Parts: sequence; C-alpha cells; structure tokens
Amino acid sequence: MRLAEAWRVALDALRANRMRSVLTMLGVIIGVASVVILVAIGTGTKQKVEQQVEGLGSNLLLVVPGKIDVGNAPVVSPLDLKDVDAVTRVVGDPGRVAVTVASGATARAGNRSDFTTVQGVLETTPAVFTRSLARGRYLTGADVDTSRRVAVLGASVARALFPDRDPLGQQVALAGVRFRVIGVFAPLGQSLGVDRDDEVHIPVTAAQRLWGTQRIDGIAVKAPDRERIGELGDRIVAELSRRHPDTEFSAVTQQQILGVLGDILGVLTGVLAAIAGISLLVGGVGVSNIMLVSVRERTREIGLRKAVGARPRDIGVQFLLEAVLLTSIGGLTGMALGVGTALLVDAVSPIPAAITWWSLALAFGVSAAVGIVFGVVPAQRAGRLDPVVALRAE
Amino acid sequence: MTLPAGVPAIEAVDVSRTYELDGVSVPALRGVSLTIDPGEYVAVIGPSGSGKSTLMHLLGGLDRPTGGRLVIGGRDVATLSAPELAMLRNQTIGFVFQAFHLLPRTSAVDNVALPLVYRGIGARQRRERAAAMLGRVGLGHRLDHRPNQLSGGEQQRVAIARALVTDPAVLLADEPTGNLDTVTGEAVLELLERLNAESGVALVMVTHDQEVAARARRRIAVRDGLIRSDTLHDRPLSGVGRGPATLDDAPSAEPRFASGRGPGHPSGGSGGAAGATGRLSGSSEAVPGGAG
Repeated sequence: MRLAEAWRVALDALRANRMRSVLTMLGVIIGVASVVILVAIGTGTKQKVEQQVEGLGSNLLLVVPGKIDVGNAPVVSPLDLKDVDAVTRVVGDPGRVAVTVASGATARAGNRSDFTTVQGVLETTPAVFTRSLARGRYLTGADVDTSRRVAVLGASVARALFPDRDPLGQQVALAGVRFRVIGVFAPLGQSLGVDRDDEVHIPVTAAQRLWGTQRIDGIAVKAPDRERIGELGDRIVAELSRRHPDTEFSAVTQQQILGVLGDILGVLTGVLAAIAGISLLVGGVGVSNIMLVSVRERTREIGLRKAVGARPRDIGVQFLLEAVLLTSIGGLTGMALGVGTALLVDAVSPIPAAITWWSLALAFGVSAAVGIVFGVVPAQRAGRLDPVVALRAE
Repeated sequence: MTLPAGVPAIEAVDVSRTYELDGVSVPALRGVSLTIDPGEYVAVIGPSGSGKSTLMHLLGGLDRPTGGRLVIGGRDVATLSAPELAMLRNQTIGFVFQAFHLLPRTSAVDNVALPLVYRGIGARQRRERAAAMLGRVGLGHRLDHRPNQLSGGEQQRVAIARALVTDPAVLLADEPTGNLDTVTGEAVLELLERLNAESGVALVMVTHDQEVAARARRRIAVRDGLIRSDTLHDRPLSGVGRGPATLDDAPSAEPRFASGRGPGHPSGGSGGAAGATGRLSGSSEAVPGGAG
C-alpha cells in the first residue's frame, strides 16, 4: 500500500470516530499547550529579569555584607557612611558610588496613604543605576549634605497618593515626618511580580535620621571599565574587610547576578516543562489506549484487509499512522492553543511570556514521538493478528 | 491471475492442520489431498465442525497447514513469508464470506477497490476497474452507496465484485447465501455460476446446504477432518458432459492419493455416465451422480 493511501485510510478512520478522536487528541492538545505556555512564561520571565538587571546600568558592582548565594539569610549591615567614604577613595570618583538604606514605611498625603519602600540614597543614584525622572528633579549633593526633607516618588506611589493632582511641591509624610516632593520617577514596571515603581527616594542622611540609625545596607559602584571590574571589587572587599574584620563582604557584578538568576529561572522553566510533559505523557497513554480499543473494534476489518492481500506491515503502518495523526493533529492544535494563550497572557497580564522556536519544535516533536511510541504496540498487535481469527471476531 | 496451462490452481497433498489449545492438540484436518483446476466449480460440503472451514482457510492461504504440502497458484505456501503469502492471496484468491465483510463506512466502489490498494494500483485506475466490476455484478448504478444503503443481496454482490476485481484464479465462497433469503440467495448463486462460466475463475463454494451443493459439478464432502467423498456429477443446468467419478470412502487418515493428483479428475472424463454407485455407501455426505 502506498503511503499516501495509508494516510488517507488513517484520516478516514479518525473521521469515522470523530468524537473519540477529538477526546483522545484533547489529552495531547492540553499536554502540548501546557508545555508551550509554561515554557513561554519561564522564558519570558527570564528575558524580562535579564533585561531589568541589564537595565540597572552597565559595569555595575554591588557591595553588600554577607555572602551572595541562593538561600543565604541577609546579614545586618555593619556599614556606615565612613565606609562609603573609604570605598569612594578606593574607586577614586564619588560620582560612581551609590548607597542605599531601605525600610518599609507608610507614605501619607492628605487622607491617602500607601505602604512603600523608602530608600535613603546619595545624589549619585541616577548616574550609577539607570533611572530617569518623569517630572521635577532628583536629589542634589546639597540635599544630602543638609539632610533636607525632600523626596522623589516612584510612579506607583505618585499615582496612589496624588491620583488627581501634580505631586510636585506637595507634602508627603513618611513614617510621620513631612517631606516635600521634588520629583517623580519614570515608570519601570514589574519584575517577578514586584512593583518596581513602589519606592520613595530621600537623602540618605535624612533617612538615617528618620530611622535613628547610622547603617548603610549596601553600596553600588559603577566601574569605569568592564575589564577591571573584578579587580575593583576585590579591592573594595579588601578595604571593607580591613575595616570590619568580623564581617564577610561580597562584590557581585551584573553578570554574576544574571548568572544566578538565569540558573534559578532555568531550573524553574525546566520544572514547569517537566510538569507539562507529564500531562503530555498521560495524553500519550490515552492515545495508546484508544488505539488498542480501535484495533479490537476493527478486528474484522483487519481480517478482511489481510484476506484481500494486506501484509502485516500494511496493517501496522495503517494503525501507526493513525496514532501519529492523532498526536500530530493534537500537537499542532495544542501548539496553536499554547501560542495563543501565551501571547494573551503576555498582553493582558503582568506575567511575561515569550514564545521560543525550540519549545514549539520540542512540543511538536515530542507529541509526534508519543504517537509513534504509544502507537507501536497497538499497531504491532494489529499487524500480527491471525486473519482467520480476525475474520471470525464479533 | 492467469496460471500457466496445466498448473492446478490449488494443489493439496496430505494436508493436515492441528490446533494447539492449552497444550492439547486438536486435529481439524487429518490429511487431505485434492486439486482445484482452473475454471472448476466445486462444492465443499460438510456439517459444522467437519473441518470444511479450516480447509477453506488453507485453500485460501489464510492459514498454513501443519503437515503435508499445499501449493497455491504454483507456489508452495511453506516456502512463503507472511508478506509473500499476503501477496499470493491478493493475486490468486478471491474471498466471498457469509457475513459479506464489507467496510461499513466505505462506498461500494471503494470496497471493491480495496484489494487493488494492496497491489499498489493508483486511485483512478482502481476506481475504473472497481466500477467496471460492479457493473458486471449488476451494481453499476450503486457505486457510491455505502453497505448500509444496500440490501443483503446487493452487499454480497459488492463482496463478489471485490473478490473478482483482482482477476483471481480461485473464488472461495464460504456459505455465500447463508445470510440471505432463498430468492436473493438463488440470485447470488446464479451470479457466482455465471462469473465462473464467463471468466474461467475456479469457484470453490463451502456450504452445509445440500441443495446448494447439488448445483456444483464436483462435490467434496468433508467430515471429521477428512475428505469422505470427491465426486463429479453432470449438472442438469450446464449439460457439460463429463462423467461423474466416484471414490472410496476413506475412514483412515492415510493419504489416498499419493500421486498428488486429486481424485476428482479422471483424465479425459472416461468415467462414463454410469453415475455414482453403491461404493459410496459409507458416507452420508456422498451425493449420487446426477446423471444416473
């Protein structure tokens, strides 16, 4: 029998049992669609996080107390502004050093309030990190030196507190202390479900006074060039370790953060794909099951075909094609469904999703392979049927 | 399929078939020898359990003997692989079953064309040949009807067209009228006989119906896995003048015709018109010669 003929026969058989074919395909459709969707979400998240980390600014070096590793608890920082001066001497350029001391606080304006993260920072922040303002101005050196009570609002905070008026020049109470709004950040969006516009920047000196502390949580340095970024980190860590012999310090680069995040998200994507793969496997078992039923149901047909000259291989190929057709059509439908859903999720929800060709190829390849793997046993059984027995079947 | 002159369509020599059921050997055929020549009209008759179905499956190449030699279309089935045997069936044998065995969701013309599919013939030529064959069985106007839109007699005629579309050497009909009423059955028998006469295809009809069997010129009676009689008769309908032959009732499993030549073929029909005689006394299956 020619292959084209076998395809036609397989298609006819699926059409004849339309309802059953569709239900059988459904398992494969759901399996493939979930692989595509979950891999798209995993990939999209990874891409977005990478973009954001890269968007922090190039050649960035983050200096924090403790070891940076997955699962390590944060350490109480022993750093203060004198350490920042020491780091600045190592770097040699004050404009390249930024700091943060952060705490959650309630921001109030009139009868509106918003719980947000208040960051005490230096005027260097927009240069070290890549941040731009939508309105007004950023903190100045004078603001920091004089602990002036001025604030730059993140886009979400500005929207929450001043939905219908210009926040510039307005008063906002942070932990009960009044600050004057001098600027509003351009929106950044979300990252891993965290609203990055939910923050307020105030001079680090004012923040320390607000919370009654000398502490600095971390230091960020924009290295002059990429080549010597590691060496610079080592020198900064050495200087801080000299000043605080009891504490370990870490200097991590963007590339290292990207690497760690990439690993985590890669594992996450893999786990998601594996879970989806299980449903694809279950779909494959369903195909196998239905093919066995189909062989049994059509025993007489098989007997007749053999009587008129079908070779065992002809019958086997016919049933194998039927299984492959089931999973391939299911696979294509599942791919379309998965791509559609992923694009929809990306468009209307904050969850990012990115379609990758390899995930489509993998999902389709796996579904076709599922058809072959789970179709072989029923097909062999059909091919080996004794025509005499088959013709007598009820 | 046209066989070379002098080659029998089917030749069985001391063929036996034993089934293994749960370790127990059950003999269904215990040594059967016969020859089917091109163009013959043979009735195989016997009660259920006699082994006549097993015999038909063997003659049709659906099954293989466990003993003896079986040559179909000049080829010894013992030497053939499963695919080769399938091709031999396709080229040499046409089957007509009691239950028609048509593919239910397939049109009459496609049902008839099915054997041509396995011969690798293209769709257009298949349809042409199948349509022509349906025309020969009187169903030229029903090409695209499905089996459930056809009467029982029409369905069996579709099945006959399917059996003959490959131009086989032998048409094996297993109780072809078993599922039909008398009138329809009669029409189907007449069709089979007409095709037998017209096309030169050997017609081997398995039946338990004496009346049906009585129409055949040659009658083979099977009982307990053995051929009890193999006789030739003058058919009142055909008027062919070959005299009937008779043979002994053979109660043992001994091969009676070691020459491999079937008993129903007295050379040149020299048996005369004397008819079957009392030598058939041992078998209730034996049919007396019609010309007597």
